[in-house]
Amino acid sequence: MAQLVSASSSAPANVAGESRARVSAGRLVLTTITAATFAFLYVPIFVLIIFSFNQAKSGATWTGFTTEWYAKMFANEDLIEAALNSLLVGTISTLVAVVLGTLLALAMERYSFKGKAFWDGLLYMPVIIPEIVAGVSLLLFFAFIGLERGFPTLLAAHVAFTTPFVYLTVRARLADFDRSVEEAAMDLGADEWHTFWRITLPLLMPGVVSGALLAFTLSMDDFIISNFVKGVGWNTLPVYVWPQLKRAVSPEINAASTMLLLFSIFIVVLSLVLQRRQSRI
Amino acid sequence: MKSDFAIELVDVVKRFGTVAAVDHVSMQIRPREFFALLGPSGCGKTTCLRMIAGFEQPSSGQLLLQGKPLGDIPAFKRNVNTVFQSYALFPHMTVAQNVAFGLEMKGVGRDEIRRRVADALDLVRLPQMADRYPKQMSGGQQQRVALARALVNKPEVLLLDEPLGALDYKLRKEMQIELKQMQQQLGITFIFVTHDQEEALTMSDRICVMSTGHALQVGTPLEIYERPNCKFVADFIGETNFLPGVVTEISGEYATVNVADMSLVGRLGEGVTLGASAWLSVRPEKMQLVDEARANPSALNTNSVTIDSVAYVGSDTRVVVHLGGQRLDVWDENNISTLDPNFYFRAGERASLSFPADNALVLVK
Amino acid sequence: MATLLRKSRALQLLGLMFPGGFWMVVFFLLPLLFIVVLSFLDNERLFTLEGYQRVFDPLYIGIFLQSIWISLLTTIISLLISFPVALFMARLPKGWRDIALFAVMIPFWTNFLVRTYALQFLMRNQGPINLLLQWIGLIDEPLSMLNTPAAVMVGLIYGNLPFMILPVYTSLEKFDWTLLEAAQDLGASAWPAFFRVMLPLTAPGLLSGSILTFVPAIGSYVTAELMGGGKATMIGRVIAGQFEQAQNWTFGSAMSLILMVIVTIFALIYFRLGRGERVAL
Repeated sequence: MAQLVSASSSAPANVAGESRARVSAGRLVLTTITAATFAFLYVPIFVLIIFSFNQAKSGATWTGFTTEWYAKMFANEDLIEAALNSLLVGTISTLVAVVLGTLLALAMERYSFKGKAFWDGLLYMPVIIPEIVAGVSLLLFFAFIGLERGFPTLLAAHVAFTTPFVYLTVRARLADFDRSVEEAAMDLGADEWHTFWRITLPLLMPGVVSGALLAFTLSMDDFIISNFVKGVGWNTLPVYVWPQLKRAVSPEINAASTMLLLFSIFIVVLSLVLQRRQSRI
Repeated sequence: MKSDFAIELVDVVKRFGTVAAVDHVSMQIRPREFFALLGPSGCGKTTCLRMIAGFEQPSSGQLLLQGKPLGDIPAFKRNVNTVFQSYALFPHMTVAQNVAFGLEMKGVGRDEIRRRVADALDLVRLPQMADRYPKQMSGGQQQRVALARALVNKPEVLLLDEPLGALDYKLRKEMQIELKQMQQQLGITFIFVTHDQEEALTMSDRICVMSTGHALQVGTPLEIYERPNCKFVADFIGETNFLPGVVTEISGEYATVNVADMSLVGRLGEGVTLGASAWLSVRPEKMQLVDEARANPSALNTNSVTIDSVAYVGSDTRVVVHLGGQRLDVWDENNISTLDPNFYFRAGERASLSFPADNALVLVK
Repeated sequence: MATLLRKSRALQLLGLMFPGGFWMVVFFLLPLLFIVVLSFLDNERLFTLEGYQRVFDPLYIGIFLQSIWISLLTTIISLLISFPVALFMARLPKGWRDIALFAVMIPFWTNFLVRTYALQFLMRNQGPINLLLQWIGLIDEPLSMLNTPAAVMVGLIYGNLPFMILPVYTSLEKFDWTLLEAAQDLGASAWPAFFRVMLPLTAPGLLSGSILTFVPAIGSYVTAELMGGGKATMIGRVIAGQFEQAQNWTFGSAMSLILMVIVTIFALIYFRLGRGERVAL
């Protein structure tokens, strides 16, 4: 009897212990997978950065520390020109895309009209359509209408594939917009114009800014579309580094890649700082 | 032409699609009046307010501001300001910037803006909060900023859309008194939308009770409570017992209703006709319960009842009684202090229930 | 003018829609229509079905099937990796959660070309992994890790993992954990609670992540080129080849159109499943 009692009373304790063990085992599995995943994401990046300081001309044997490749990179006029081109195209296309995307977001969120479903679909398509298809279609289009490829075609293409991203970001922000704030402004004597500039736009700004950062990053990173629509002598940075990445002739490309990485990280930090500042209001 | 009314609604209809949110409503709101639009949600009270503010255009009918038709004058040209339910403070501006906004839009000079903003913040007792952002303030403080932002413009009419709805009970009570004082001090017409009848009764000079797009009754709190003109108003404001019956006699201001073979007399309500079925409405605190031994059973509106349940709630005792198959709520004021548990009636006992004819109303069924 | 603009919503709408709408029609929709038309025209601009006939060559059917297969596998594996990672992140305390989120954001915003190159660099025959393994003595000959379908898949997972983790994380972060307790209170053990409660409620995030992984994977060009070399061919490479070396625009257009159709079908399935909910960016 005593045995029975002790056995039955210890049973629940066993179950509890078992489930606790299972929970901590589950946690261990989650931690391991997460750690492995982050390693998978970051090890290649760190290795690349480390090897951009390697003296060896080829291969992955470490022969000593050097900044020679960075010096070479900054002396490479073609590369610098391509980087400047990228910045130029990125800046201008972002500015245009921000305006176009914001206007589209306002129209699509605030108005109801015939054919809205069509525009809904069209403005969503660039997110879905593979870049390679968008690229070749623009190549065909420019060739067919006899437009010589160069800076204008590059710009037109970049605006076209970044505008929808600005539009989607701003529209998401608009969907959460508390319209009573605009009514309050009108109630206090502000006409539509003043209401837009003093109330609507400032409150929309976080969406516009993150849309702009997204557009700029997409433009700076784009290789496939740019490769099809750029003209002779109009290399962007990704287009310029592509053949060298494929052949991997010189560690100089590791240095260039590291610079691109740092630039991307700068953009992330910038976007986070801006978001922090916005959320304080 | 100076009108006798601050705001006038003349046969106003507002349709959203096929639904009439406001259905042929007419009312007149006097200058310096604290006027409440009271009704359950969806009754059209907020739509009325939004039409006065200029956020909605009436489908038909007319709105007049001091005798002048408002027509399609846009919201930003109306000298009417609104305190929004959600406050609608500009989150990207400080308190002072929020309050200054309306004056800036009017092109008021910088010094005057500064002075008037300071005055307005004094008025709502938030002078030290000028540089805060709305997010950094409590709900009650935000509410005061919304009030200051509207009042600083010296509007002819201030519209308040359930301004106290988001506040907790105690704060709401304080703000009710403060708003009322402010309104009397400033002498501005307040139009106040609420679904809280107690709030409306406490604060208003007059109340308009609305239901499903109709304005049912306009009157002082006393009139609305003591002389509701229909079952909805009687039911919505306070607690009431309704006894169904048939009108057997009308004499002067009184009508007799036959309720389950009892003849009960009450004040004659609007539109009640002889022979028609009607409601006898009597509020729980307007009836008396006495020992059967001490009652005169032949007196007017006096009947024997069975006590169903008794609940002591401090200020009064809430009793449910059976009268001819009807359950009635009776609230008996506890005006004698005692610890004797046998002092009062107990469930199952019999008692005599009576009320004067003036305490009951006969309303159209 | 101002009053006219105020009164006429049609005029406002036109002003908002026209600039962006025009741009998107001319530089996105029109070129895509060009692809449709050109896929039916030969070099003399005469009607032909040759492009589509070639698509049905077993060689190309095989490439299509391989692309779909690799992309599906990529999506499934990414999902299986991302769910535990996102789960781990969502259970972290607030400060750590932000840091983990930041760590996922950086690759998200980092140049895709550079990241893929970093992985390829790591996995080369003379790359750091092989040298390390040889140095330890685990292998004598370098392992050939590149230029296989598996390498392409690793590249695709690596490249698109952040696009899976982020939406999955977002849906898990919003998940109300007391629901799991409620399910267990009602007698569901861990697995039924997971399948009946947690999975359905986080499904929108899983779907978003899946479409954001599958679409770039099926249209991939950069990854296919860098990781697959000349061997493991994806549709993207075939299409690009038709416009670069082969100059067979008819066939290239036909392939592009079919790729678009495949992507659209998957996107429509997603919208149907997700009840029209938009992919969170």
